[in-house]
Amino acid sequence: MIEAKSLTKDYGDKRAVDGLSFTVQPGVVTGFLGPNGSGKSTTMRLILGLDRATSGDVTVNGKHYRDHKAPLHEVGALLEARSVHTGRSAYYHLLALAQTHGVGRKRVDELIDLVGLHEVARKRAGKFSLGMGQRLGIATALLGDPHTLLLDEPVNGLDPEGIHWIRNLLKGLAAEGRAVFVSSHLMSEMAVTADHLIVIGRGKLIADTSVEEFVRRASGAIVRVRSPQATRLRELVLGPDVTVKSDEPGLLEISGASTETVGDLAAANGIVLHELTLLQASLEEAFMELTRDDVEFRADVAA
Amino acid sequence: MTALAPAVPRLQNVGRVTQARVIVSEWTKLHSLRSTRWSLFVAVVLTIGLPAIFAAVTSSHWGHMSPHERANRHPLDIALAGVNLSQLAVGVLGVLVITGEYATGMIRASFTAVPRRLPVLWAKIVVFAIVSFVLMLPSTLAAFWVSQAILDKHHILQTSLSAHGVLRSVAGGAVYLMLFGVFCMALGAIVRNTAGGIAAFVALFFVIPPLLNVFPTSWQNAINPWIPNSAFRAIFQLTHGAHSLSPAGGLAVSLGYVAFAVGVAAVLLVRRDT
Repeated sequence: MIEAKSLTKDYGDKRAVDGLSFTVQPGVVTGFLGPNGSGKSTTMRLILGLDRATSGDVTVNGKHYRDHKAPLHEVGALLEARSVHTGRSAYYHLLALAQTHGVGRKRVDELIDLVGLHEVARKRAGKFSLGMGQRLGIATALLGDPHTLLLDEPVNGLDPEGIHWIRNLLKGLAAEGRAVFVSSHLMSEMAVTADHLIVIGRGKLIADTSVEEFVRRASGAIVRVRSPQATRLRELVLGPDVTVKSDEPGLLEISGASTETVGDLAAANGIVLHELTLLQASLEEAFMELTRDDVEFRADVAA
Repeated sequence: MTALAPAVPRLQNVGRVTQARVIVSEWTKLHSLRSTRWSLFVAVVLTIGLPAIFAAVTSSHWGHMSPHERANRHPLDIALAGVNLSQLAVGVLGVLVITGEYATGMIRASFTAVPRRLPVLWAKIVVFAIVSFVLMLPSTLAAFWVSQAILDKHHILQTSLSAHGVLRSVAGGAVYLMLFGVFCMALGAIVRNTAGGIAAFVALFFVIPPLLNVFPTSWQNAINPWIPNSAFRAIFQLTHGAHSLSPAGGLAVSLGYVAFAVGVAAVLLVRRDT
């Protein structure tokens, strides 16, 4: 469990993280979402004590990270910037970190097998592809069997198979009761991986909510109906809170009514339906909507 | 690489971080880098090889030397000639032990494992000091024996380890290299940049000392013994004059410099963002 209270970090006169408060609960995957440069990586460094907060506080499992006796058993971290000496092999990289906690070679071998780096474990990490580097980072994060996982953009550079692998891994880790905190600037990735979302823009908290709630809040759901009797259904369904749009004959896009309401209404009036679909705005669209004013570098000015 | 993620194996015994464990970890880090092995190999070869070459050259030219020239040759200067060159390899390695971690980002992994940070610095110093001394002491001894054996063939410039101060000087050469390396490591920790760290020790030990010649002699005599270069080198000098420190004095002043540099490095290490 991670608890941040009014966390703030300034670099010179630039405020990277601005009064951020949130809680990362065990047993779920919490997505940490924000445009590039919004302060996600800085927040993660503050959690690990790599950077010192200007004000505010963040604790991991009730203590400051640096006060834990066995830090790697509390938090396993994968940081966005590579944190591996390029001249050292994956095996010795993991071994050196394991040894700080009295953990031995057997564990290192287990994790190398787990992430599928067996064949290249003795090669210099500097020769690794981005995907292999990410796998080594995952192995590093899991080394101490941590209660909490902190992963900064873990799917970066992975092939589809690797992305699928990470998703399952994260869900499995959360199911085991661990807190999993994953940052991403890819909303679509979070939609399939995360249970809960913490959204930031320019260092400030924008939303702290479940994935469904986030999408619902950002844009109302739309019910799409295809029917040979569309004109009749339209008249029946229209109301003070309900609007209907129709782009082609026989097709209605209704906002303000649930699929249940529309379906029941059609059945009661003997109207044939060929399609009844709930159209949700993608997480991507919801995200764009919410962070519109908080993106630091906007493309539309130049475009 | 399987697409289905297998369960992460649980870990039964997770220990707490201790200074001893961090030392073991730093030993693993040191010996698992090719650059470390090469630097140390080069240092050993230069420490032994250079005296061997100098002894051979001196022997072959002995017949052509003037009595004055011969009187200025000392067997220990030849035996410890290699130290002057191998110190570059040792100094560069000292800097790299720290700055290599900053350059690659490894330092973030190190400080995530040991968030109190200082145990990492202490461990690096301990491991580097032990490894460099354990390699350099046999090297300076070997340099002494090899150069003496070559000179012995021509029956010139003979001395022995039992002669006054000789063993102390030969061992002092190894102590000098060790302390110099630790000092360079502290410089590396302060500047956190390989080029900057190397520039710092080269400036301090090799560029600034000759520049002091612009000062009046009385100033030079007052300043010279105390600058890092002179103080460190006093550790392995057989004799010392009025304007240089004794070996014990040099050792004391050098330890002071090392303690100061390490102290500054430690304070910055804890305070700075990584």
